[in-house]
Amino acid sequence: MSVAHVYKKNHINTDEIIPARYLNTDDEMELASHCLEDLDKGFVKKVKESDVIVAGDDFGCGSSREHAVWALRGAKVQTVIAKTFARIFYRNAINNGIYIIESADAIEKINDGDEVEIDYKNGLIKNKTAGIDISFNPLPDFALEIIKDGGLLEHITKKESI
Amino acid sequence: MGMTITEKIFARAAGKEKVIPGELVDAKIDIVMCHDVTTPPAISMLEEKGIDKVFDVEKIVVTPDHFQPAKDIKSAELHKRLDGWARRHKIKYYYKIGRAGVCHALLPEQGHIRPGEVIVGSDSHTCTYGAFGAFSTGIGSTDAAAAIATGQLWFKVPASMKFVLNGSLGAGVYSKDVVLAVIARIGTDGALYKAMEFVGPALVDMSMEARMTITNMAIEAGAKSGIIGFDETTKQYLDEHLKDKTDYTVYESDADAKYEVTEEFDCSAIEPMVALPDLPSGGVPIGECAGKEMDQTYIGSCTNGRIEDLRIAAKILKGKQVAIRTLIVPATPVIWKQAIDEGLVDIFYEAGCVISAPTCGACLGGFMGILASGEKCVSTTNRNFVGRMGHPESEVYLVSPATAAASAIEGKLADPRKLM
Repeated sequence: MSVAHVYKKNHINTDEIIPARYLNTDDEMELASHCLEDLDKGFVKKVKESDVIVAGDDFGCGSSREHAVWALRGAKVQTVIAKTFARIFYRNAINNGIYIIESADAIEKINDGDEVEIDYKNGLIKNKTAGIDISFNPLPDFALEIIKDGGLLEHITKKESI
Repeated sequence: MGMTITEKIFARAAGKEKVIPGELVDAKIDIVMCHDVTTPPAISMLEEKGIDKVFDVEKIVVTPDHFQPAKDIKSAELHKRLDGWARRHKIKYYYKIGRAGVCHALLPEQGHIRPGEVIVGSDSHTCTYGAFGAFSTGIGSTDAAAAIATGQLWFKVPASMKFVLNGSLGAGVYSKDVVLAVIARIGTDGALYKAMEFVGPALVDMSMEARMTITNMAIEAGAKSGIIGFDETTKQYLDEHLKDKTDYTVYESDADAKYEVTEEFDCSAIEPMVALPDLPSGGVPIGECAGKEMDQTYIGSCTNGRIEDLRIAAKILKGKQVAIRTLIVPATPVIWKQAIDEGLVDIFYEAGCVISAPTCGACLGGFMGILASGEKCVSTTNRNFVGRMGHPESEVYLVSPATAAASAIEGKLADPRKLM
């Protein structure tokens, strides 16, 4: 079961996800210890394995730093649900095995702390707490496969296509 | 139906007659830009996967810039990884400290950017190079690793938006003001996933430096790329800067190319702009915020750290004294030397500014000018997000070099036209 951390905010940028003062390392666990620090100081303490972030428009805008995705992955975030995503973040997330869900209603239908279950293949979020279902356009199969393999390089290595 | 410049570049890079927006293509990469923050992780990924190779030692350009000279032990370790890798693979264009500079100023200056090419870099402001009629975009470290090893990446061909810049800029108004006005109108996600194509008479009089300021900030509207067509000004710059490889292909958008939207701007009506915290879309004319007290001025970065920017600032600062701490950061060693040769550094020194070595430094809150809580910085950089230049409770106000210089003298946001 995944717990939703809801931020009713647009334009949550990569500087908020991982401030540049921590970019002198690419150690995932160290980055994770500062994840979302400038937005929500308590996030790192409350986030648990396979949790979900829910936000508004343009999530991940700004820098191309993949450190933002590594910080989330290190913090064990499994999925980000937002109305829309900035494009570099979107690509980086898939490349690192983080699920991306574009949903216009999730932010209205999921409250902070709600428990959710997600069927990625069929595009369905079950909000267990509120007892409602939210459908979304699932990612294409090739992207789901990359995520399942743990990221692009893992996927490539597996297929030995390089 | 015709194609845009961007679509023609993708067709060429993918070996196709024609591409359409939304199509997925596997494109050949002409240049991969590498810097000190995002490339070391890419190198480690390749090493860990046992695919430690580079596709072409002449098509990868390496420069440390974000934390150079190394700001602490951890960044020194990043530099060491980058340096060891670049030497081991005998990367031909590796700019070591002393020749290293802010990547998006350095690559065009050193002749690595050619029209019609596909350029990627693991830095979001890689879109800068579109000023030369090239397709260029920022990517993450994983994509950079794939590009370094294979020289290919998949892309979704972006739809294009046309921005018509009519009229001409008034005195004291610069390309930075234009791009801030564009982003203020369409928002930080107004061009999400799109190619922003800039056309119109106001561009004709702009130098390549001024044009690069515009394409540099395409990402601040969420765009995949920004692009400006080739003209005499482009040709002249390339004639002066291209070195080893001087041939290139010029593409033009067809008259019947399809644009998702066309936005017209009357540049004659644009005033000096200030993007208020904490989004680059927060632009308002200086008249609405003049007089707000500042603590620091920062003139530099890949947006406005070029020689033309320093000349504009020096002209205003000449014979004056700054009222707040003012940092001048020439973006490359060549610009740094030019600033000395042209006497600009003397002007900055006399005015009470501090001049640093080329670095991205404080623009991204790295080092060399970090803000304390509650401090406000008037800056020629590209982002004013929460905590961008330091403490989460500090603030950044984005402006042109002229507005930055005028504000430095008054110690508060000031209209540069008063001092011209």
